[in-house]
Amino acid sequence: MSGADDDALRIEALESLLVEKGLVAREAIDAVIRHYEQDVGPLNGAKVVARAWTDPAYRARLLADGTAAIAELGYGGPQGEHVVAVENGPRLHHVVVCTLCSCYPWPILGLPPGWYKEPAYRSRIVREPRRVLAEMGLALPPEVEIRVWDSSAEIRYFVLPERPAGTEGWSEERLASLVTRDAMIGVAKPKPAAEASRG
Amino acid sequence: MERLAATRCGVCAMDGIHDLGGLEGFGAVVRERDEPVFHAPWEGRAFALVNLALALGVANIDALRHAIERLDPVTYLTAGYYGRWRRALETLLGETGIVPAAELAVRLRDPAAPAAALTSRPVPPAELGARRPLARAPRFSPGDRVRARDLHTRGHTRLPRYARGRSGVVALVHPGAWVLPDAHAHGRGEAAQPVYAVRFEARALWGDEAEAGVAFHVDLFEDYLEPAA
Repeated sequence: MSGADDDALRIEALESLLVEKGLVAREAIDAVIRHYEQDVGPLNGAKVVARAWTDPAYRARLLADGTAAIAELGYGGPQGEHVVAVENGPRLHHVVVCTLCSCYPWPILGLPPGWYKEPAYRSRIVREPRRVLAEMGLALPPEVEIRVWDSSAEIRYFVLPERPAGTEGWSEERLASLVTRDAMIGVAKPKPAAEASRG
Repeated sequence: MERLAATRCGVCAMDGIHDLGGLEGFGAVVRERDEPVFHAPWEGRAFALVNLALALGVANIDALRHAIERLDPVTYLTAGYYGRWRRALETLLGETGIVPAAELAVRLRDPAAPAAALTSRPVPPAELGARRPLARAPRFSPGDRVRARDLHTRGHTRLPRYARGRSGVVALVHPGAWVLPDAHAHGRGEAAQPVYAVRFEARALWGDEAEAGVAFHVDLFEDYLEPAA
């Protein structure tokens, strides 16, 4: 037996044993799943970015101490203990990877997408980032330096993208609707103003 | 079922398949549209169980990573992310005696088989996170030229192969001292020490094949570094 059926059976067996031994409660397992399916996701990070775009003092705090700044918006927890925001500029583009496993700032981005955890991205983004980003739809001009951050310790990075043109005077909520998960990993730019949701 | 390297050696070589940076042949990055958080219910159960096990002190996160790295390379590449987690959880629960492999095998054959009582309970970690107070000044400062040592430690490490032996410049000194995974994964204490974001120019890593206008920042523990000329 192999594959997902095997995984499902073996996890069920482990879970039932741990419950019967009194180590974990089914309700606690359900609560963890619910938290990551419903409460945590890239919208948290989008709110952080939108706040940084509209509040220069918050932006400065975010760049000085990412962990404290996301805590101001109520975000923290596992894989968010040590957060560093890296800011894009007209001639600098950041992109984040974990070549050794799949480290990722869960509290602000949710759990990572499959491609972030798979070998293609982890192997290639540290060798040919310009080509990989172009393949993923982000062709950067040669004068833009690409800076790749390999999360090889316990610091979790996320990208503060550039604010899109044509968004002057927008509310934080409307700005947040432009900020995608991929933009905060650094494999995309935020959506252009024309694609904003009403808010 | 697949070979489980963990049953053969407690501490295996670090030069494993998990250390993927710079390997070739994996093709294009494939993005799934409207990807769910979990693709099947068992993935969510596995994720939650691993997190609860860490909180209970069954193992620390470095030992968890090492348990994943001890999978044989074919399994590592084919089991999927939560498949790796599921296997690592089995390894850790087995090695700690909380769920011995034999007990799991019996339960899989007979769901009504009784669970054995625990002989000892895990002890939750005293401190959360990996940052500790800094006891001494960091050895290096921003702007210092450093070389990643050409270490071939057996066991867990967070020094990626592609950086070993290469020289760069300290870009950031992360505040505080950080639990050293090489020690912590193997029950050898915390050995907390400074961590630096070291900037490597693309040519220093990839020679003539390097892309232009590209730099790499890798977070490296002080023990991994030595001064470079």
